[in-house]
Amino acid sequence: MRTIRNRVLVIVGLALLSGWLLLPKDVTQRVRDVATGRMKDTTVRRVPINLGLDLQGGIHLALEVDQSKGPVRDCADAIQRAERVVRSRIDEFGTTEPVVQIQGRCRLIVELAGEKDPARAKSIIQRTAFLEFRITDMNNLFRDALPEIDRALREAGVEVAGQAAGANVAQLFGADTTKGKKAKPAKGKAAKDTTELNAPGPLSSLLFQGALPGEYLVPEEQVPAAESLLARPEVQRLIPRGINLKWGTEVASRGARAYRALYAVEDRPIITGEELEKATARRDPVTNQSVVDFVLSRSGGRKFERETGRHVGHYMAIILDDRAQGQPPVIKSQIGQRGIIELGSKPLQEAQDLALVLRAGALPAPLAIIEERTIGPSLGQDSIKDGIRAGIVGVVLVVLIMVTYYRLSGVLAVAALTLYVLFTLAWLAGFGFTLTLPGLAGLVLSVGIAVDANVLIFERIREELQHGKLVRTAVDEGFKHAMSAIIDSNVSTALTAFILYLVGTGPVQGFAITLIIGIAASMVTAIFVVRTFYMIWLQRRPDMATLSV
Amino acid sequence: MIRLFANAKYDFIRWRRWAYALTAAIIIPGFALFLVHGLNYSIEFTGGTLIQVQTPQPVGAATIRDALDAAGIRDAEIQEFGGPLDYVVRARIGQGGAVEAGSTEATAAAVDSALAHALGAAPEHYKIVRFEAVGPKVGRELQGKAFLAIFFSFIVTLIYLAIRFEWRFGLAAVLATFHDILTTIAFIRYLDLEVSLIVVGAVLTMVGYSLNDTIIIFDRVRENLRKFRRQNLYEILNLSINETLPRSVLTHGTTMATTVALVLLAGEVLRPFALVMTFAIFTGTFSSIYIAAPLLMYIEKRWPGQDARGARAFRPAGTAAPEPRAPQPQPTR
Repeated sequence: MRTIRNRVLVIVGLALLSGWLLLPKDVTQRVRDVATGRMKDTTVRRVPINLGLDLQGGIHLALEVDQSKGPVRDCADAIQRAERVVRSRIDEFGTTEPVVQIQGRCRLIVELAGEKDPARAKSIIQRTAFLEFRITDMNNLFRDALPEIDRALREAGVEVAGQAAGANVAQLFGADTTKGKKAKPAKGKAAKDTTELNAPGPLSSLLFQGALPGEYLVPEEQVPAAESLLARPEVQRLIPRGINLKWGTEVASRGARAYRALYAVEDRPIITGEELEKATARRDPVTNQSVVDFVLSRSGGRKFERETGRHVGHYMAIILDDRAQGQPPVIKSQIGQRGIIELGSKPLQEAQDLALVLRAGALPAPLAIIEERTIGPSLGQDSIKDGIRAGIVGVVLVVLIMVTYYRLSGVLAVAALTLYVLFTLAWLAGFGFTLTLPGLAGLVLSVGIAVDANVLIFERIREELQHGKLVRTAVDEGFKHAMSAIIDSNVSTALTAFILYLVGTGPVQGFAITLIIGIAASMVTAIFVVRTFYMIWLQRRPDMATLSV
Repeated sequence: MIRLFANAKYDFIRWRRWAYALTAAIIIPGFALFLVHGLNYSIEFTGGTLIQVQTPQPVGAATIRDALDAAGIRDAEIQEFGGPLDYVVRARIGQGGAVEAGSTEATAAAVDSALAHALGAAPEHYKIVRFEAVGPKVGRELQGKAFLAIFFSFIVTLIYLAIRFEWRFGLAAVLATFHDILTTIAFIRYLDLEVSLIVVGAVLTMVGYSLNDTIIIFDRVRENLRKFRRQNLYEILNLSINETLPRSVLTHGTTMATTVALVLLAGEVLRPFALVMTFAIFTGTFSSIYIAAPLLMYIEKRWPGQDARGARAFRPAGTAAPEPRAPQPQPTR
């Protein structure tokens, strides 16, 4: 009795866990905002099973460093630079979850599920990286122009976006570090005085002063709104001459909210990536700080010396592909051909990343596409539809065969089969594996194979009954004797599937995964679940003389 | 209660020579064709370009061929794909110069513009729903990987069999599986199926499935060898095959139900895979009975095992049916 109860508890537990894993969940997904045409993070409620590119449509690209215009010495480093560059452009793709990863040593894989414009995506990936150093807006020209911009926007009929943003302004300008402590007490009064003409405007209500001149922070959810405001012609006209605005790459969290940095920088770079020759990260043994050493070309060094001499104490934004990378470092003194960027107590990892950014701008790695697969979304939809239809028909046939042939025992097997499908899907969802079209085939196929374990057991029970064994003994013996055959057969299938997983590419790996998971789940259901059903059945009818098998 | 083939007493082994003839009749011409023509490898392996076009009305492969010919794209294969609204254009690298290595992208653009010229440029005239361009390097790599996959699956299953069975059984099982690979290659050649990585996947799954079937019978053989001390191997093999026959029929039936559903309903992309899997069920079943079992007999005869019953394998079998086995002293645990 106790064992039956424990077994039922385990089964119910597993079923509940699987059901929970398959419940539609809030998944953070990047979707294209219709209003602004940019990508933004939103939460979507969906069943958390990842679909492969062949099912949802999209582009798979394999890229290598283009060696047609001369050999590249260190392809591993070149591909790392390229990966860093492509990653920094992730926002530009019109896709939900871009995958950018290095495969092996010298190959870059980019997967863009749901991308509708392959040509544009390819041009984004293959565009040459551009690196420049620019001084930030030290004189706060942009901030001074903000009231003017706000007024122009208000005249154009733009309202302040939301109340919450308005309420935050005072609070955040209060935390302004550049104004110093002196400004603080005055703030309340000043704000009151200026409510009339300088109430939080449409743009300024979105911007909060950052830690250094020319740095502004924008709440992550307001970024698209800020972008669309900044893109308006009346705003563009009023941005002070000689100043450009560049978004940062990093998202900083202050308290519960996430902010993205926006930098006002001079429109003239003091130096570009072409003049950079080397950049390496290291940890300074004396100060134990993470630093990046860089070396410039001779002419670049002369130029840099001149510029840095004029800008001591100023901040220098490192801009790759129009995006400021990390927080701009301060120029401590005049720098010549060799310089050091200190990252303080930040982990070495960050210094390495910065060095990679510098190298990526210095030595752009041209990428050649060596493999491309594009699947239209409609084809993926058709595949899903066909696959599911085939699956349902196949499963119904299996159910019919089992129930007609094994009657009540067949019903038990089918009940176990339902659990089997549930477990398999939950496993896929729980471990974040991707379901591909071949994977769907593997799932259908494994339903057919999964009942093999039950067939082995039932046939064995029939044989034992035929030899005149009592029902209870026959069931016990049947399970016992069928076990070695079940394990052998499943292990042999799983081994080949495992090898397939090791050598296969995306879709085929999906097949191998579902097959392996299917095999594991079928062992659990056929051996454990069906056994439990039998135990309950025999418990209820201890005097049973014939078994419906 | 429905019982299929319960207590069957067929003398399977007696028909082995007919079975050899049958399998040879399948393998030899198929293999000859394979040696002459090779296989129809997908562009994943050869490198090249594949474009799947969808049109709102049936336009006919000839129209598309004319369009491509007019644009000077020759030697590209054009096929209807699943229905009259889908066409697949394939241009392989190194086949009549259809595609120069490294210009797979250019070929795609050329095909696109040729189609736009012939059918009209707007998306309501035609739509490219699938596009694959594989460089020659990637194709070569994949060939190597597929070869490795098949090779390693053999090694790993060999090791597994070596652990689970004594070597005579293992050798018979591996040879039977090897036979299955030969028949499957012949099958793929006869139907001229496109060999893509997923078809290689089907072949590997077939290896697992066939081996599984052989193992189930051999497991029974091993058990019966312990149980019936007086029968010779010929009789034991027949007995074991007959005893596992209901299981074979049922399992192959259910698996076949799913693969046939895949062949008929799962669409064109999966069809080669599903066809190979369906064939795998036949060849796997056949080889377990007619290749693995007789091979075991020959091997036991050549290198007799411990109880040397293999040596008696070909002794006149007398009555093929075993004696009733009701009063067996079963070790109760």
